[in-house]
Amino acid sequence: MNLEPVIQNLVFGLFVGGLYGIAAVGLSLAFGVQKVLNVAHGSLIMLGGYVSFWIFTWYGIDPFLAIFITAPLLFAFGVALHLGLFRFVTRLGEEDRIKNSLLISFGLTLILENVAIKLWTADERAVTTSYAGDGLTIEGIAFPYTRVASLIVAAICVFALYAFLNRTFAGKAIRATSEDWEAASLMGINVQRTYVIAFAIGTALAGIAGALVSVSYLIAPGIGLTWTLKALVVVVLAGMGSILGAFAAGILLGLAEALSIYLVGAAYREVVGLVLFVLVLLVRPQGLFGRR
Amino acid sequence: MLELEASEIYVAYGDLTALWGASLKVHQGEIVVLIGPNGAGKTTLMRALAGLQPPYRGRILLDGTPVHQLRAHQLVERGIVLIPEGRRLFGGMSVIENLTMGAYAASARKQVPQSLDRVYSIFPVLAERAQQQAGTLSGGQQQMLAIGRALMAQPRILMLDEPSLGLAPIVVSNIFDVLRQINAEGVTILLAEQNARMALELAHRAYILEEGRVSSEGPAQEILQTDHVRRAYLGQVSPLAGGPTEP
Repeated sequence: MNLEPVIQNLVFGLFVGGLYGIAAVGLSLAFGVQKVLNVAHGSLIMLGGYVSFWIFTWYGIDPFLAIFITAPLLFAFGVALHLGLFRFVTRLGEEDRIKNSLLISFGLTLILENVAIKLWTADERAVTTSYAGDGLTIEGIAFPYTRVASLIVAAICVFALYAFLNRTFAGKAIRATSEDWEAASLMGINVQRTYVIAFAIGTALAGIAGALVSVSYLIAPGIGLTWTLKALVVVVLAGMGSILGAFAAGILLGLAEALSIYLVGAAYREVVGLVLFVLVLLVRPQGLFGRR
Repeated sequence: MLELEASEIYVAYGDLTALWGASLKVHQGEIVVLIGPNGAGKTTLMRALAGLQPPYRGRILLDGTPVHQLRAHQLVERGIVLIPEGRRLFGGMSVIENLTMGAYAASARKQVPQSLDRVYSIFPVLAERAQQQAGTLSGGQQQMLAIGRALMAQPRILMLDEPSLGLAPIVVSNIFDVLRQINAEGVTILLAEQNARMALELAHRAYILEEGRVSSEGPAQEILQTDHVRRAYLGQVSPLAGGPTEP
């Protein structure tokens, strides 16, 4: 059997897995810290993709450089979303938070999707850089530059977030708040402000994920739910509250999908994630890297 | 001079009122103890004073200024620090991380090294276990960490809700010695305790809380002598037992 196509597939699985990972990390952060389940996360990725696309189209700025614009823009949007919508949810008990945030963010998905159609039509867009299609070929295995760079950027962002949460005062306050918000407030931590910051970091990560999606995949108003679904599967796979775990689980899903082509056929590729989702919930409900 | 006062406060959880006009006053340098049966409202009173459960009627005054509108994190800045029932450590974080979180308030943050030295000198075991996860400490060590974490905030008044809960008698007696020492260093202490005899022996003054109201108050030694207290709180409760858990 010729192994080359298998390895090539796995390499692409690794690349897409990095995107699943960064998509999931943002979702996991907001859920872990304030128990807000934001199913509009995929639509925020869509938004990030469009921002990146328009910056490229209008100003010719490279999408990887544009991250420095996309991320702060989405961070600001996250602050506005939290203050305008999710702040009210975080005053409730934990279970109501999940239920209400689910409803609100589902509505938000519909709004973002339709606004995007209205503003930018339903056409599929893609950022085609001058170096799109170029890449390295090692032993017959192709490594397109855009995908390699996306994986590196995703990894850098995730590790930077991990360092922020573990090394800085503000980051530790976010972890403390996610463990016990009431005890955190007794430490003098402004819990509501911590929530805003954590949520906005999550949307900024969605923005970065969107920029990375825009260089290798198609952007359209309707891609939101697909990405939310992938991110949710990864978060459940990884377990709550593990940033590096979510990234690893994203890569795992990417690899599993790539391999599944040989096991169950390309037609069932999308099913693999959902089967994993159910299996993990049955066998290890706390997730692969979750505590408890 | 510090003075914390609850004046006729009513506190409710949803529709259920737990405090019916409770009043209490704590002065600079005192150890004040709050005793009373389960469900009398001790925890609720502490939570109200700490800003976690604001009163819907009545006022809380700090040095004569109303503070019942402030939230917990703002009261920490003003020196009011509560160690809640059950300690509520950050179990997934290390001992040293828990301690640094205690100094989150802007005023305390500048003095982290000095505060750490002080806490480590009171509880040397915390220095030995600085990198250990808080959730893996023994019950006694967890209570030490809870007190240490609260001291990092440089409290003017330290409130403790049932610090003896679930601890061995010898450990409880150590904790009470530490409280006496902290108080001697100038920290005012308000303590809610099931363990009435030990608490009354430690305290200067005492309040008895029954059914959401203060039923009597006075110097701890006098309260210790009253018939009602002897019968209701000292008769059945062995001085060594931790007492049952509050819901």
